[in-house]
Amino acid sequence: MLNNYNSIAQPMWQNGPTPGAFYNFTGGQQQTQKLPKELTTAGPFGTKRSTSSITTGSSVLGIRYDGGVMIAADTLVSYGSLARYQNINRVFAINDSIILGGGGDFADIQSIKRTIDQKMIEDQCYADGISMKPKALSSWLTRVLYNRRSRMNPLYIDVVVGGIEQDGTPFLSNVDLRGRAHEDYVVATGFARHLALPLVRERKPKDRDFTAEEAFELIRKCMEVLYYRDTRNMAQYTVGVCNATGTTIDGPCTVSENWSFAATIKGY
Amino acid sequence: MFRNQYDGDVSVWSPQGRLHQVEYAMEAVKQGTATVGLKGRDAVVLVALGKSSQLSVAMRKIIPIDEHLGIAIAGITADARVLSRYLHSSCLGYRYNYNNVYPVERLMTNLGNKMQCTTQRYDRRPYGVALLVAGYDQKGPNLYQVMPSAVNYNCKAQSIGSRSQGARTYLERNLDCFLKCSNEELICHGILAIKTSQPIDLTSGEQEKAAAAANITVAIVGKDQPFQMLSEEQVEHYTKMANDMGAAAQPQPPINPDDDDDDGDDGRPPGALIEPEVGGVADPQVDVVLMEH
Repeated sequence: MLNNYNSIAQPMWQNGPTPGAFYNFTGGQQQTQKLPKELTTAGPFGTKRSTSSITTGSSVLGIRYDGGVMIAADTLVSYGSLARYQNINRVFAINDSIILGGGGDFADIQSIKRTIDQKMIEDQCYADGISMKPKALSSWLTRVLYNRRSRMNPLYIDVVVGGIEQDGTPFLSNVDLRGRAHEDYVVATGFARHLALPLVRERKPKDRDFTAEEAFELIRKCMEVLYYRDTRNMAQYTVGVCNATGTTIDGPCTVSENWSFAATIKGY
Repeated sequence: MFRNQYDGDVSVWSPQGRLHQVEYAMEAVKQGTATVGLKGRDAVVLVALGKSSQLSVAMRKIIPIDEHLGIAIAGITADARVLSRYLHSSCLGYRYNYNNVYPVERLMTNLGNKMQCTTQRYDRRPYGVALLVAGYDQKGPNLYQVMPSAVNYNCKAQSIGSRSQGARTYLERNLDCFLKCSNEELICHGILAIKTSQPIDLTSGEQEKAAAAANITVAIVGKDQPFQMLSEEQVEHYTKMANDMGAAAQPQPPINPDDDDDDGDDGRPPGALIEPEVGGVADPQVDVVLMEH
């Protein structure tokens, strides 16, 4: 159908008899393997394999503290080296116990977010009091991303998934485009992996988790460092917080820039 | 029920608004031997009575599905095998995707949807098997009764199969204690309940204890207790415990001398009210179902 933009509604029934067609009664051999869905889905612009990213989000930083998790990302989506979209929130509240920060190709982030939203709606439709938890979502994302990369058509994303588990323990993990996932008290994508991770790890107390104040202070500091040093960042950022009371996306916060030292640099 | 002109196809309604083929499928459940399920505070117990035969090994009545879930069947075993294969692959797929156990309520919804297809298409027939599904997940212990009509009941205790009314009566009478007793006592209650469903010729004589132990299978799942089928020695041990418990619960002879002996009476006065919340009912298309919410 030419203008079928309604990709959410499923047909009323599937694999039933159609008039004029030969109906294959249940059971019997499988049909030959079909192409993966993303290459056959009808759409106005068609679909293609791609391993390049076009509009990208830069770093995302996640920190786990004693009462929950915080995920911060700046509000810039770049078009190559052009700072194209400067007010985009890249941290999302998925449900009451999960937040997700997306880096990498932003179209792919929006695409996977749409699928995740549909999953949340499915949860609501079941109406059985069971909602998805961060570890389950992280595991599912890993499977999906690994599957896509194995078919040589990756979703070019690097995400941070965090939240509160059923028993109240905070959870934080990072999943990337290759389906690589790991769980830790601090995770980061992009340049933050090089600049922010060592900073946070240095300040980690040996025998206990961070407190909320410490975590927020670290985020503030790391965002500052990232703004000064990463050329694809900007001074405005949002912070998602998930704790026992729920999820909120705070912001936009601004890095307190101070360029007065620039005059002291030789050759400036 | 008798043959009529509206029972040839599952896609034909009767003028009374009944689907006779589905009801006939329920009859198939009554051909299977009895099985009992009961829910405690932290655990669920399944007890099943095997068909006794000297020539063959007893048919498997209890099938483990996952570490947190297992089923007891009554009816056509081949249909049960297909359903258990579906449950196996659902649970395995869920574990692979979400690194977590399949929530029991949701699995029952999806199983019900799958079974409903067979009651609405002219080229399928309803599954001729009822299941008692015992599972433990984040919501606690779960006991579900799944019928060929694709209806699921969330039960506190239930019994299905032939001669299961006696077991249901026992469960109704003792419903209060299930939430208070330990897992061991729960198993004993299950064994006592299923004894009432044994064929008459086995309930007399010393053969009874040996034969009963050989025929009963027990499984338990709960908090810190993965789904486990008990071994023969364990079943014997609990059967002994159950017999003692049953005997201890009757300090004096029943008040009414005409009382039937083998209904597992625990000594309550005959006038005691039967709890209204029992579990599922046999004919869901007619009665209002009394179940916990």
